[in-house]
Amino acid sequence: MNSGVITPRPPELRPDRVSFARSLLAEWVKFRTVRGWVIAMIIAVLVTVFLGIFAAGNVNIGCQNGPNGPVLTGKACVPNYPIGPGGEAVTDSYYFVRQQLAGNGSITVRVTSLTGLHGAGNAQAARQGPLAGMTKGVVPWAKGGLILTSGTKPGSAYAALMVTGGHGVRMEYDYTHDTAGLPGSVTATSPRWLRLTRSGDTIAGYDSADGRHWSLVGTAQLSGLPATAQAGMFATSPIYTVTTPGGIGTTSIQSGPSQATAVFDDVSLRGSWPTKTWTGNNVGKGPAAPGTGFGYFRRSGSAFTVSGSGDIAPLVAGPGAASPTSTFEQPLAGLFAGLIAIVVVAVMFFTAEYRRGLIRTTLAADPRRGRVLAAKAVVAAAVAFAAGLVAAILAISIGLPRQRNQGSYVLPVSTLTEVRVIVGAAAMVALVAVLAVAIGAMLRRSAAAVTVAIVVIVLPFLLAVTVLPASAGAWLLRLTPAAGFAIEQSIPSYPQATTVFSPAQGNYPLPPWVGFAVLCAWVIVALAGAYALLRRRDA
Amino acid sequence: MSQVTALRYPVWTGWREALRAEWTKLITAPGPAWLLAAVVGLTVTVGAAADGATRCPPGMTCSVDTVKLSLTGVQLGQAIVAILAVLPVCNEYSTGMIRLTLTAMPRRPMVLAAKASAVTGLVLVAAAFAVLGSLVAGVLILPGHGFSAARGFTELSLAYGLTQRAAVGSVLYLGLIAVLSMGIAAMVRDSAVTIGLALGLLYLFPVINSFVGNQTWHNRIARYSPTAGLNVQTTTGLHSLPIGPWGGLGVTALWAAAALLAGGLALRIRDA
Repeated sequence: MNSGVITPRPPELRPDRVSFARSLLAEWVKFRTVRGWVIAMIIAVLVTVFLGIFAAGNVNIGCQNGPNGPVLTGKACVPNYPIGPGGEAVTDSYYFVRQQLAGNGSITVRVTSLTGLHGAGNAQAARQGPLAGMTKGVVPWAKGGLILTSGTKPGSAYAALMVTGGHGVRMEYDYTHDTAGLPGSVTATSPRWLRLTRSGDTIAGYDSADGRHWSLVGTAQLSGLPATAQAGMFATSPIYTVTTPGGIGTTSIQSGPSQATAVFDDVSLRGSWPTKTWTGNNVGKGPAAPGTGFGYFRRSGSAFTVSGSGDIAPLVAGPGAASPTSTFEQPLAGLFAGLIAIVVVAVMFFTAEYRRGLIRTTLAADPRRGRVLAAKAVVAAAVAFAAGLVAAILAISIGLPRQRNQGSYVLPVSTLTEVRVIVGAAAMVALVAVLAVAIGAMLRRSAAAVTVAIVVIVLPFLLAVTVLPASAGAWLLRLTPAAGFAIEQSIPSYPQATTVFSPAQGNYPLPPWVGFAVLCAWVIVALAGAYALLRRRDA
Repeated sequence: MSQVTALRYPVWTGWREALRAEWTKLITAPGPAWLLAAVVGLTVTVGAAADGATRCPPGMTCSVDTVKLSLTGVQLGQAIVAILAVLPVCNEYSTGMIRLTLTAMPRRPMVLAAKASAVTGLVLVAAAFAVLGSLVAGVLILPGHGFSAARGFTELSLAYGLTQRAAVGSVLYLGLIAVLSMGIAAMVRDSAVTIGLALGLLYLFPVINSFVGNQTWHNRIARYSPTAGLNVQTTTGLHSLPIGPWGGLGVTALWAAAALLAGGLALRIRDA
């Protein structure tokens, strides 16, 4: 006993420090002792998992190898897509007119035309033969130009400089990289000169409109390029798609194979080209690339005519792919349902205080109103994050194997991306819960607050995928809190990949972290508004 | 010898009084007036914004249903209608007023029917203004953005049959959403949970359906979800609709009727 001695209070018991922990504890106790809220969180998890698995799976995929082959279903229908140097699934099929290039060197050509044929999306005509029923026209990402690659095995490292049907001159390498060169399409009166040079592992692409003035389009570093590479001319043309965005869910898509024909002349080679003769072959034909296999080349004097079909690009989900593909995040579709349940609970977490006047007790116990708001936000965020994480892990770990078994090709992504998608989805759920708490604090009325929270999260997405034309829908998904869904996107929206870029197929107009930041900004604005109103108003 | 005669009244006895009571409760509170204004204002604003964000450059073919685009705001308007319908029921429970109401009018299904009639009547009037306003916004904005009747787009005039059907159908649809929401409210009683369920019914089916890969299930959901009634807004590409325009509205009506019946039953068998 040290009676008569006043001991100073130890710093960890100073009231301002202790009471945030106490506020947190108080709010946590309030949360976990309301049985309905706990049950609602469990329902949120279950609904998310169930709906996600239902929406993503549940597909019957059938296929047939050749017109008279046995009908296969499920896993047997998934073609073996090549994997590119970066670990992503790719389409790698084209017609290649090549020679070996030993060591450093360069190839220069003039391209005088790029023409094409494409199907009308008529399945009956396509069955009669690859070129039956085709009409004249070059598709925007038809390609003809120069390519230097480590080998003819699909998925090899490469760098290519090409003219395209509708995107001017492009320098592309290793499937995912794409740089623009001279704009405009190529004709006999405005040809394009292309040059590809190798120096060690560095490939440089130059283009010119007159054959005298050259400009650098881009350089590529290809790691592991063998001393002797394959280089030459190529032509390819991706699946032709026409989309007509319409009313509710009626984005109609027509697709079919296409073919591109490029005419080259003035071929000049520098360096050591030991084989001396040009050989031509289809690269990567097969079930993974429908319509390929009918490429050819003809030589007359110094002119080469090269014709091919297929694509050299990353594989993405949607109609550009040869067989049904899905993305890693597809089983997360059920999150919309879970979010509604979580929004209801998070709003009530604040508005219930006003229902029976509990707010006066709460504020008497902890007069710092900002701290009460913060404690509620932290508890709601933590609970929602946990629920979101469990739901996302369950949905993906049950949904993806189911999809694979049903014959859908799940596009591979890196482990880091997988973690980002799952943890990001949980973090998004947490942010939505905080947004709902803040809206509840501002409006104080459950029905209005729940409606506002659901409308700002779910309605923009709904309008973007159903009623609105693509451009207007994209703006909604850039500006509203629904931008946060972008954190789920696992495969980037490559401009050079032919598909329909729709949020329903996992393509958001903003990059993942930017979309997430937009949601964060909304949460901060809402919290600031709630804090200001909470301080200013009588409880 | 005394004889006790049980007094038997026809079931509709007191209907007029019940309707008047519910009507008075509804129009003397400030909330519904604001919400009715919000239904009109937000529906027209969203519709006008959608019109403003859509363009069809000359020489391009655009498959845009101009009537449906102008009526985009109904997608938001239905959420406000749901609040408007949910609050008169749930507020009775949160304030304890329900006990007074049921003491005065012990015929419980009649109370719900009277409430539903009063609210739906108001909603129909607001919805008519909202739909008319949206079409007027479309007439003012869309022709300047390339969507002229000369290029084959549906005329936004009420003299045109399909536009008429879309307009009348949208008004009726909003009325049915009010009935649906009130039925859920009578079952659930808590406003936050009710509005969560109602908006879940209205928004989740189309959102989840955009992810559903199985065509059979996709069509089933499009046909039988509560929002099937929005198909009545379609004026182009009618052959590709999952369900006919009036048939879709019929599905919504079935959902509304089922919800109201279940709500009435819940009200009847439970203590208030």
